[in-house]
Amino acid sequence: MSEPTLVIELTILVLTIFLGIEVISKVPTMLHTPLMSGTNAIHGIVLVGAILVAGRSDADTLTRVVGFFAVVLGTANVVGGFVVTDRMLEMFKQRGPRRAE
Amino acid sequence: MSRTTTDLLYLVTIVTFILALRFLSSPKRARQGNLLGAAGMALAIGVTLAHEGLEGYLWMVVAMAIGAVIGVAGARSVKMTAMPQMVALFNGVGGGAVALIALTEFHNLAPLPKGLDGQDSVAILLSALIGSISFSGSLIAFGKLQELLSGRPIVYAGQQFVNGAVLLTALVLGGAIVAGADRDVYVIALIAAALVFGILFVLPIGGADMPVVISLLNACTGLAASAAGFLLHNNVLIVAGALVGASGTLLTLLMGRAMNRSIGNVLFGAFGSVPAGAGPAAGEDGRTVRSTTAEDLAIMLGYARKVVFVPGYGLAVAQAQHDVRALAELLEAKGIQVLYGIHPVAGRMPGHMNVLLAEANVPYDQLKEMDEINPELPQTDVAVILGANDVVNPAARSDPGSPIYGMPIIDVDRAASVVVVKRSLSPGFAGIDNPLFYDPKTSMLFADAKKALEDVAAAVKRL
Repeated sequence: MSEPTLVIELTILVLTIFLGIEVISKVPTMLHTPLMSGTNAIHGIVLVGAILVAGRSDADTLTRVVGFFAVVLGTANVVGGFVVTDRMLEMFKQRGPRRAE
Repeated sequence: MSRTTTDLLYLVTIVTFILALRFLSSPKRARQGNLLGAAGMALAIGVTLAHEGLEGYLWMVVAMAIGAVIGVAGARSVKMTAMPQMVALFNGVGGGAVALIALTEFHNLAPLPKGLDGQDSVAILLSALIGSISFSGSLIAFGKLQELLSGRPIVYAGQQFVNGAVLLTALVLGGAIVAGADRDVYVIALIAAALVFGILFVLPIGGADMPVVISLLNACTGLAASAAGFLLHNNVLIVAGALVGASGTLLTLLMGRAMNRSIGNVLFGAFGSVPAGAGPAAGEDGRTVRSTTAEDLAIMLGYARKVVFVPGYGLAVAQAQHDVRALAELLEAKGIQVLYGIHPVAGRMPGHMNVLLAEANVPYDQLKEMDEINPELPQTDVAVILGANDVVNPAARSDPGSPIYGMPIIDVDRAASVVVVKRSLSPGFAGIDNPLFYDPKTSMLFADAKKALEDVAAAVKRL
């Protein structure tokens, strides 16, 4: 890949890190567990990479097999991450007058 | 779909991820934010599947189905108390996926005559190295939290040397890849060395410090995803990975501050400190404890004006969150002020205790953080410790020899009286003796937290 692309990608990386610190520092302690679990789901984006390598048109057996497992792991990360976070956040929903059980 | 369309749609995904994190700044919109993030993720996956020239859909669909079943089954069945190990596990699989991506990319790109260019080889080195460390490290963290492995630091002589040697081996192999080595065995050996390093790195860290480790490994998986983005020239991977990396790093530092320890001390503290004396042996030096009963505790509480509950992981293990809320409501009905003191590292993850109490419908305004509750304690009549230990250990203030010396604690010993509900005198997860138990104004109620709270609530009703 040519030099300008690398520079652009590094620029994106660095700016995102600054943005990330800004956004994350506004999350209250109370929500740190859902934050950890939510970011955990976000790095499930590696599934996109897994799909790209598993589906290469020139793939040999090794690529297909390893790619297959990468897709399994990536999907588990995405699906599990979002479902767990949703379960947690559901408990923080607004509640009106305290409800008796 | 053209490359431009694809990249524009990825940009939409990036925006949803950033909004998902922004919405987490208040409990009201947090859930919506998460759903938005999930929608963005679905979009990115759809766009990727529509890539031109992609093949092997059948196996891909099978793989995604398997992954989805694992993910849903794990996420739905896990109890809120076991949340930290579940996060560790999902974190690990993400790291593993990155390492496998690096392996296939190397396998396809490295062979001569094409060979790898500089950016690709560095990106492969980083994604294989960090992804693998994150994978095996997370599995060990999972094992420790699930108590499949001992929660105590596992230390042996020469550990530092062995760890250093393994990491150096991985780096040398990485160096060979950057220098142009083109056989698969190099990257496989690199991954193997990094996996071993991940295991060795987490083993010596005590169970009580696992939250810090998980947070750090979360940051690692994020950075590994970013590295994979550099390898595949994919912006959404770079951005999402960097967001996670920033978040994990920040949380790690915040937790270090909450424990008044540097991250270096948390991660490498156990090295060379082969169980240093550990102070006087617990309970064997003539100190006495006073034990009490549920009825007596009910009387103390019933005639108090202000009661502070300090919940710890023991409360969660006993599934007693609902019982403590029921008891608190009885006391409030008698006009007694009830507050909860939450230590930042109570539970097994930062903010874990808040999740558990929210699950039991405890109102937010009664949950006080350490800095808010400490000034209240000198005016508190009874402080009730429910399955917490290290976070109320006064040795952290007074005993420079204690492993937790300097850690900010909840000053329950400043309350008029203290009741510790605990199953036995055994030291906590960190294995540190607690002088609070021997304090003359402390009484111990030896019982399971759930049973004890039920009995106390029944006795309060009879008052």
